[in-house]
Amino acid sequence: MSPLQKAAATILCMTFALMVLATILVPAPYARQFRDVPNAGPSTAHLLGTDALGRDSLSRLLYGTRVSLLLAPAAALLSTLIAALLGSAAGFLGGWFERIVLAVTDLSLSLPWLFLLLTVRAMLPLDVPPMLSVIVAFLMMGLLGWQASVRVICAATRGVKDSDFLLLARSSGCKPSRLLLRHVAPNLRPLFYAQFWISIPLFILTEANLSILGLGVMEPMPSWGNLLRGFEDFPSLAANPCRLVPLILLVIVVMCFQLVLPSQEVTQ
Amino acid sequence: MRRAWAFLAFSFVLCRSTAVRAESAGPSGGELHFCLHGEPKTFNPLLVEEDSSETVRYLTGGVLIRLNRQTQALEPGLAVSWRVSQEGRRISFRLRTGLYFSDGTPFTAEDVAYTMKALMDPQLHSPTGDSFRSGEGQVDVQIPSSDTVVVTFPAPVAGLERLFDQVAMLSAHSPKKEMAVLGPFYVADYSPGSYVLLKRNANYWKKDKEGKPLPYLDSVRLDIQRNRDIELLRFRRGEIHLINALDAEYFDRLQKETPAVVHDAGTGLDSEQMWFNQVSAAPLPEHKKNWFRTTEFRKAISMAINRADLCRIVFGGHAHPALGPVSPANHFWFDSSLPVPQYDSAGALRLLERAGFRLESGTLRDSSGNHVEFTVITNAGNKSREQMVTLIQQDLSQVGIKVNLVTLDFPSLIERITRTYDYEACLLGLVNTDLDPNSQMNVWLSSAENHQWNPKQPKPATAWEADLDRLMHAQSSAATDKKRKSDFDKVQQIVEEQQPFIYLVNKDAMSAVSPAVVGSSPSVLDPHAFWNAEVLRMGADPALGAQK
Amino acid sequence: MIKEEKAAKLFRHALRRLLFLFCLGIGGALLSATLVRFAPGYGVQERELDPRWSAQSVEALRQKQVLREGLASFYFHYLSALAHGDLGESDSLKRPVGELLRQRLPTTGKSVVRGLGFAWLAAALLASLGLASRGWLYEASSTAFSSLLLSLPSAVVAMLAVHLRTPVFCAIGVVVFPRLHRYIRSLLVRSYDQPYVLAARARGLGSGAIFWRHVLPVAAPPLLALFGVSFAIAFGAAIPIEALCDSPGLGQLAWQAALSRDLPLIVNVTLVVCLVMLAANSLADLAGSTLAGSTQ
Repeated sequence: MSPLQKAAATILCMTFALMVLATILVPAPYARQFRDVPNAGPSTAHLLGTDALGRDSLSRLLYGTRVSLLLAPAAALLSTLIAALLGSAAGFLGGWFERIVLAVTDLSLSLPWLFLLLTVRAMLPLDVPPMLSVIVAFLMMGLLGWQASVRVICAATRGVKDSDFLLLARSSGCKPSRLLLRHVAPNLRPLFYAQFWISIPLFILTEANLSILGLGVMEPMPSWGNLLRGFEDFPSLAANPCRLVPLILLVIVVMCFQLVLPSQEVTQ
Repeated sequence: MRRAWAFLAFSFVLCRSTAVRAESAGPSGGELHFCLHGEPKTFNPLLVEEDSSETVRYLTGGVLIRLNRQTQALEPGLAVSWRVSQEGRRISFRLRTGLYFSDGTPFTAEDVAYTMKALMDPQLHSPTGDSFRSGEGQVDVQIPSSDTVVVTFPAPVAGLERLFDQVAMLSAHSPKKEMAVLGPFYVADYSPGSYVLLKRNANYWKKDKEGKPLPYLDSVRLDIQRNRDIELLRFRRGEIHLINALDAEYFDRLQKETPAVVHDAGTGLDSEQMWFNQVSAAPLPEHKKNWFRTTEFRKAISMAINRADLCRIVFGGHAHPALGPVSPANHFWFDSSLPVPQYDSAGALRLLERAGFRLESGTLRDSSGNHVEFTVITNAGNKSREQMVTLIQQDLSQVGIKVNLVTLDFPSLIERITRTYDYEACLLGLVNTDLDPNSQMNVWLSSAENHQWNPKQPKPATAWEADLDRLMHAQSSAATDKKRKSDFDKVQQIVEEQQPFIYLVNKDAMSAVSPAVVGSSPSVLDPHAFWNAEVLRMGADPALGAQK
Repeated sequence: MIKEEKAAKLFRHALRRLLFLFCLGIGGALLSATLVRFAPGYGVQERELDPRWSAQSVEALRQKQVLREGLASFYFHYLSALAHGDLGESDSLKRPVGELLRQRLPTTGKSVVRGLGFAWLAAALLASLGLASRGWLYEASSTAFSSLLLSLPSAVVAMLAVHLRTPVFCAIGVVVFPRLHRYIRSLLVRSYDQPYVLAARARGLGSGAIFWRHVLPVAAPPLLALFGVSFAIAFGAAIPIEALCDSPGLGQLAWQAALSRDLPLIVNVTLVVCLVMLAANSLADLAGSTLAGSTQ
C-alpha cells in the first residue's frame, strides 16, 4: 500500500471508531432542542453550533455518521448479493438466460427510478419507528443499485467458465450446481469483495442525493444527506462555516474509500 | 493603437449608458417582472382554481366591485353603484358607460348577463361559481336598461357583494373570447413553461387623480419559477422586482442584506393547524379512536404545545399564536372574546388525568394501559411544517406522549385524509383569501367534504357538531351582518371549547418589493405586493443595472 | 462481396437490436405506469381541498377520475395511439405530451451534449498533460482533484451551479468528468506501456506518429464504449440536476409528473429516458465488440 493509501485507511478507521463511540462522545441526544439558542455559532456548550431548531450540530453529525456508515454497507451487501446471484447464474448458464438478465439489467439501469421512489415511499405504513424507515430506505437503495455490478460479474463468470480447470471438472462429470458452488464462486470471491467495497461510497453518495431531494432518511433522524439539506442558502453558510462540516466529512470519507480501493473500471 | 481601443471602449460604454437612461427617462412606466409558482392552468377567469391563474386574472380581469386590499372596503369597479335587496337574493348594478374591452369590443350590460349566465351554469364546476351557489334553482339575470343589470339568486347569498370581486367580466361578442379583457393588462404572450407577458391595456377605464390613464406600467412579465430559492436568488440579483408571498426564512435572509426591500404587513389570514382523525370507520385501533374523540385529550394536546416557541423558532417571530379559525387581521369577523391559548404542561397533564390517562415513568398511558403514541402526517417539502412537528414532538414528550412525523407528498396525503382515512393526526395550513366565513361553509358543516376531522357525516356525530351545523345555516341566511357575526362568534367559541382543529399559528403577510418599484404598499390581503398594480411604476434606480 | 455481406449483416443486426430496444423501452414505460397507477395518491388532486367547491363539483371531479380506465385498457389505448404517433395529453399540464417533449428535449439534449463535450475535453486535456509530465506531484494532484469531484453528491454540484450562476451543462460536466478522467488516464497509461510502443519509440518514431498509428487504434474501441457509457451517465445525472436547477428540460418535467401522478406524462418521459439510455449503452457494447473485432 502506498503512503497515500495508508493515510486514507487510517482516516477511515478513525471515522469508524468515531461512529462506534458516538453514543459515548455525543454531548446531547440528537433530537434534543435547545430552544434558546437556535442557529447559534460554535461555542463551548455546542462545539459546532446548533441548527435551526436548536439541536446540537455535533451530536447530529455523530449520529448521522452512524446512520450513513452503518447502513451504506448494508445496502452494498444486499446489492452485491443480488448482483452476484444474477451475474454468476447468467454468465454460467449463458444463452437466453444471460440475454434476459442483461436485458433486465439494462432496463433497470435505464428507468428513471428517482421519481418512482416518491411513489414507493408513499406506500410505506405510517407507524414505522424511525430506525426502521431508515433501514427501508437503504434496502430500497440496495434493491435498485445492483445493476452496475452484474455485467462485471457476468463477464468474469464467463471467463472462469471457459477456463481449463473448469473444463476438467466438467469432463470428470461434476454437476452444474456443484460446479457453480465449489469451483466458480470461490474464484469470483475476490471480485465480489471488490464490488462490495466499491459500492459503499456509491451508496453514501446516493443517500446524500436522495436526502437532499427529500426522499431519503426522514426527520428527525440525522444522516449525512439530511444535514446537507440547508445548503441552498449560501450566504448563511458563509456566515456560519461550521455548517459545512458534514459535507467536508462526507467528501473526505468517500475520497478515502476511493483511494483505498482498487481503481474502478467504468466500462467492462 | 491602445488609445484607439480605449476610445472605442469609452464610446461603447457611453452608448450603453445613454441607452439605459433613455429607457427609464421615457414616458413609459417600465416593465414589472416577477414570478409565478406554477403554470397558469387556464386563462378563462370563470375556471380559475389555483394561484397562478388567479394572479393572471387579478391583473387582467375587470370586475364590477373591487375589494380594496388595503382598506378592506368595497369600491366601485365596472359598476358605478350597486344595491343588494331581498336579504341577499337580488343585486342590481348600474354600470359605467362608454367602456371597451382590450380588443375594442364595447362593454355593455349584455356582457355582464353573459358572464353571470356562464358562471352559474350547473355544468361549469369552478370555485368562483360554487361560491354563489346557495341553493337549488336557476339564476335570473335581467337587463332593464342598457346600463343596469339585475341578478336574482334562488336563495340568499351571504356576503354577496364581496363575491363579485372574483368575477371578471367576459365579452359576449368579442372574437377573442376570454382573451378580451377589461382589466389594466391583457395577455400578450404566453410561452408554456417559461413566462406570461402582460401588456398595458390602452382601453382600461380607470384614470388617476390627475386624469392620466392607468396603468402606468407598460407591461408585466411573469416568469414561471417553481423553485423558491432560485426566485430569491433572482430577486437579490435584481432580475425580478417583487416576491408576493415570502416565507419567514427568506424574509430573514433578505432582511440581513437589504432591510428596505422586505415588508411585514402584520398578521395575515393564513393559519396552520393540526387535527385528529375522528372518522368512526377509520382503519385505526379502537383505543386510538377513543383518544381522538375525547375532548379533554384534544384540549390537553392544545395546552401542551408551546405556540410561542413555534412562532419564535420556526417563523423567526413572523407569526403569532392562533386563537381560532379566524385571524385577528380579519377585523370584523374575529371574535375578540376568545381566550389566548396558554402553554401549560401541568394543566394539560391534569386534564389528561381527568380523562383517565396516567403518567407512569415518563410515558403516558390510557385507562387500558396502552402507551399514548400517534403519528402526525404533513406534506413533504414544507420545511416549516416539518419543523413545527419536530418542536411539537419535544413539547408532547413532556407529558409522556410520543409523536412520530411522517411526510408524504401531496397526492398520497390527500388520499389518506379524504378517501382512506388511514391517518392519525394531520398538520396542514389553510390559505384564506376570503374574509367572509361563509366561504368556509364546507369546513364547518358536518355533512360536507372539507369537515376534515370527520367528513361527510350522514347526521352529526356529536351534539356540538349539530350546533355548528345549525349556526352555520343561521349565519348564511341571517338578515343583518350583526346577526351573522353573533352566530359566527358562537361557532368560534364552540371550536375553541372542542378543539376539532388545534390552531397553531397565524403567519404574517410578508412580501419583498425592490426599491425600483414606485408606489407599492404591501397589504395583509392577497395579492400582498401588487394589489395596486395599476398605479405601480418602475423608477430609475442604479440597482437596475443587472436588469435582464 | 464479403464487405457487402458484412455490411448487410451489421445492418440487420443493428435493426434487430433497435427493435429489441424499442420493445424494452415500451416495457419499461408500461412498468412504471403500473407502479404509478397502483401507488397511493393516484387520481387524487390538491384542488379537492378547496372549501369553495360544492358537493356536486367535487363529485363531478371524482367522476372524471373514475372514468379514467383501468390499467389494461390504458395500455391498449396508449399503444394504439402510439402506433399513430399520438402520445396522449398530460393531465396536470393539459397539453399534448408530444408538444411538451418537443419543447423540453432540446434543452436537455443541449445541456447533455455540452456537458459531455466539456467533460471529454477536460478529461482528455488533463490525461494527456499527465502523460507528458509523469511527475508524481501532477499525478497526485490530478488524482486528488478528480477524487474530490467524484465525492461530491450531484445534488450539491447542482446547488453550487445555481449559486454560481453557471449553466446546467457545467454541473453535468463536473459530474461526468472525474469518471472519464480516471478511465482515460489508465487507458492511455496502459497503451503507452505496451511493448510495441516502446519498440516504436526506440526506433525513433515521433510522439505524434506513435499516438496516431499505435496508441489510438487500439484505444479507440474502449474509448467509443466509454463514450456510450458517459452519455448514459450524463443523461442520468441530467434529470436530478435539472430538477434542482429548475431548468426547463426533461428532468424538471419528470419531477413534476411524479409529484402530480400524471400517468400519460410519466409513461412517455420514462419511454424517452429508457430509450436514450438503452441506446447509449448499446452503442457502448456494439462499439466495444465490433470495432475490437475488426482491429483483431
